[in-house]
Amino acid sequence: MALNWFKFASPASFYPIAGRLVPVFWALTIVLLAVGLYWGFFETVDQLGGNNPQKEYYRIIFIHVPAAWMSMWLYVVLVGWAAIGLVFNTRLSFMMANAVAPTGAIFTFLALWTGAFWGRPSWGTYWDWDPRLTSELALFFLYIGYIALHSAIDDTRRADRAAGLLAIVGLVMVPVIFWSINCPDPNQCAALHQRSNLMRIEGNILFSMLVMTFAFWMYSFATGFMRLRSIILTREADSTWVQEILNKENRA
Amino acid sequence: MKARQKRLAFVALAVLGVGAASALALTALKSNISYFFSPSQVIANEAPPDHVFRLGGLVTKGTLARQEDGLTIHFDVTDNAQTVKVAYTGILPDLFSEGSGVVAKGRLGPDGVFYADEVLAKHDEDYMPPEVASTLKTAHAEGVADAAAGINGASN
Repeated sequence: MALNWFKFASPASFYPIAGRLVPVFWALTIVLLAVGLYWGFFETVDQLGGNNPQKEYYRIIFIHVPAAWMSMWLYVVLVGWAAIGLVFNTRLSFMMANAVAPTGAIFTFLALWTGAFWGRPSWGTYWDWDPRLTSELALFFLYIGYIALHSAIDDTRRADRAAGLLAIVGLVMVPVIFWSINCPDPNQCAALHQRSNLMRIEGNILFSMLVMTFAFWMYSFATGFMRLRSIILTREADSTWVQEILNKENRA
Repeated sequence: MKARQKRLAFVALAVLGVGAASALALTALKSNISYFFSPSQVIANEAPPDHVFRLGGLVTKGTLARQEDGLTIHFDVTDNAQTVKVAYTGILPDLFSEGSGVVAKGRLGPDGVFYADEVLAKHDEDYMPPEVASTLKTAHAEGVADAAAGINGASN
């Protein structure tokens, strides 16, 4: 049996599916946030040891790392949808890319902002032009550039293609951000930002961090689908099925 | 070639080009990004003279000395090969300690002392409670001692 995936690629048939999924993803977000925050505040140590003797402020990790991961992941998702849209000329893929961008930009900003507040007590500075910090800032500008370019072109189809191409070119930043601290030879990672290694994080801290990551991911789905639904309605405003929905809402 | 295949080839080419650019950027980062200079590079005169640059390394144990004015401190920064003396007047970050990583921004004086305007502390990627961290340290120390004993045993 061959499932016809293109059936879901039509905005008209995906609109109600997205509508049913939004509350599911909100519920998952709330549950995961509650667990992650509780565990992060009450089941983890107050102070770290070894060569990283941070005090309470290390708990910023539960927001900072998930936000930074999502900022990179959502950019890959955005580029994926833009590439599918460019190849198959599917309207819904470009709408998906559009819906993801603001959430990605927010997470990038959140990663930079919480990083500044974490850097001050631990390193001694809010900001430094370190490779990791600088490349993450470039990613933020890429999100802003994508959104700005898309809204600067009136013709939606041309805007989709131009902004999609910009997004693909910007993909260059994602491996640079990753390897700016995770290069194989530690002597070449001349950075202020520490390397990352999940094996060297204590179990409770790691658990809270991962739960928060899934919470942020579910939040991305929820807000992404909400934004997608309004994008579909705006772009398909002239079609009969949207008119029917509007008429139904007016009668109710 | 159908139009769709053409577009697929175009996008694949774009992604490939971006990949190549990324690889080039990463190799460039490796050789050119001098976020900080190590003490070895400073001793080898690779750091710019009369210019502000960053010096990175470990604070040598037992070299931290507070001067009589109570604000100026002297310490040595090492990469376990070479050592550079650092002078700094100001408040140190919380995590600054002997034996930990440090990044100092400033310029090299004619006397070979690095006069820092800003001192930042680096920390490692371990997120462990103090007791676990100390156990790990002991285990590590024992491992090193065992290894040393093993070498001695072999030479005997």
